[in-house]
Amino acid sequence: MKGNVIKYERDNIDTDVIIPGQYLKIHDYVELASHAMEGLDPNFHSKVKEGDFILSGRNFGCGSSREHAPIALAHSGIKAVLALSFARIFYRNAVDGAFLLPIEIEMDAYTNISEGDEIDIDVSNNTIKNLSKNQTYKMKPFSKIIGEIIKSGGLFKYKLN
Amino acid sequence: MNITEKILARASGMEKVCPDDVVFANVDKVMIHDVSGPGVIKVFEKLKKQGINVDKIWDPSKVWVAEDHFVPSADKISAENIVKLSNFTKNYGVEKHFKYGMGQYGICHTLSHEEAMVKPGEVYVGGDSHTNTTGALGSFACGLGHTDVAYVLLNGKIWFKVPETLYFKLNGKLPEYVMAKDLILKIIGDIGTEGGAYKAMQFGGSGIREMSVESRLTLCNMTTEAGAKNGIVEPDQKVVDYLTTRGATNISLIKGDENADYQKIYEYECSEMEPIVAKPFSPENISIVREAPSVELDKSYIGSCTGAKYEDLEAVAKILKGRKVKIRTEILPAAISIYKRAMENGLLKIFLDAGVTVGPPTCGACCGAHMGVLAKDEICISTTNRNFPGRMGHVDSQTYLSSPLVAAASAVTGKITDPRDLQ
Repeated sequence: MKGNVIKYERDNIDTDVIIPGQYLKIHDYVELASHAMEGLDPNFHSKVKEGDFILSGRNFGCGSSREHAPIALAHSGIKAVLALSFARIFYRNAVDGAFLLPIEIEMDAYTNISEGDEIDIDVSNNTIKNLSKNQTYKMKPFSKIIGEIIKSGGLFKYKLN
Repeated sequence: MNITEKILARASGMEKVCPDDVVFANVDKVMIHDVSGPGVIKVFEKLKKQGINVDKIWDPSKVWVAEDHFVPSADKISAENIVKLSNFTKNYGVEKHFKYGMGQYGICHTLSHEEAMVKPGEVYVGGDSHTNTTGALGSFACGLGHTDVAYVLLNGKIWFKVPETLYFKLNGKLPEYVMAKDLILKIIGDIGTEGGAYKAMQFGGSGIREMSVESRLTLCNMTTEAGAKNGIVEPDQKVVDYLTTRGATNISLIKGDENADYQKIYEYECSEMEPIVAKPFSPENISIVREAPSVELDKSYIGSCTGAKYEDLEAVAKILKGRKVKIRTEILPAAISIYKRAMENGLLKIFLDAGVTVGPPTCGACCGAHMGVLAKDEICISTTNRNFPGRMGHVDSQTYLSSPLVAAASAVTGKITDPRDLQ
């Protein structure tokens, strides 16, 4: 899965900046997307392209349980968020709703990947190739259940054993 | 096994579970509100298009519904969401729908205890991150998103990874003018907003036994701000009495084993605690109140599931009695039952005489939705739970999180004030 990176070099990007509370009453996915990241980056909506990735630091998506957060990012075109770690509800919402891939990365990927770099995420080999810099990094493998739910296409398509 | 493990083992039909085991747990209670409810309805619409049967939910008697985030209806969209929610409960036969303007209603987490919706030992999930609150009653209480709640509504179960448990041993008794809110801010300051991530945070020790049920609810409420999957307290007679007076029956007391495992044990001497604030823009950014910056406050906000329970309002009244507020101050009791008790016991008169505006129960400005949100550069002291950028309104507003006592004392002086220093 190839795409370009939008980088936010900070920890604790919370759901209040991903989609501010005043928009929680909205359940139209396209309209939600038009407000994505508004609390942190008012230019996000104009610069994001279909197939882009977000790269960020620790505890991405902390705060509320609002599924609006992965929905707003996914419907903006974001296919994966790469972060040093994720808050739990954002992580499981992203996976169970099949909105986008939450990819846990190591420090080398975080520091070496720059804004605009083209990268290729290979989930089957747990690697991330930086095509702009000709580097390869490891990603943390998905746990068994997360991998299975992702492969199924979300929780509702995941068959119980 | 500890209490969290015991509840998840029972609910998933296992004899024993260990941290990192993945279980499918049968759910005892599920809650949706006027934000997650319409979100779940949207998921149902998507599923229907995919040919999945959504005509019936698994057990309407185990589902309950709150209206709290956007009531009173802030605008047309919020009004329509309330209508959607009403149609949903009517169509699916959900009887426990606490409606704005029809007797008891309020913030979902407050109703969970005020209305004894959840009992010790139960698995309770809600479409809201502060569902953790209700673990103070001895339940496994955990917040989920719309897709997961929709899954529970249709299947009655959901997957969990059994969490590691952090045990917070609280010794002794909190001093006068120090509240559970100060203690949980101190804990979050110590372990950080990721310190409890994916884990259970269990509170125990003599300090917990000294504490009222409502104080325990404050502790568990903000385990969410440490990233925890759930907060939990082993139930005791205080919980039984609390729930019994609210109509619950058949309450069983569940406890962890004597030799239960905890990933880490933290110890706190309650007598050494002091009033604390969390400065902008994170709940972990704490300061002792007496060392807090000397900023001119614009507003004091006393509301939310964290800081507008009856006990919280009593604390505020203790400060405001015979005093006047110097800055705009709002008090929003967290449920109608609390509002009514505050009226019957003379608290509302104390608030109004002090110059405060008393509003209806709502999540309102806590989540920046409506009813008192902050303007650019406004600075607020608040009994709520989060102070991320823009949380309570404009992205350049600032929120200091505090106990109800500190918020009330600060309302009187216009500066962040330790209640012990009030003249």
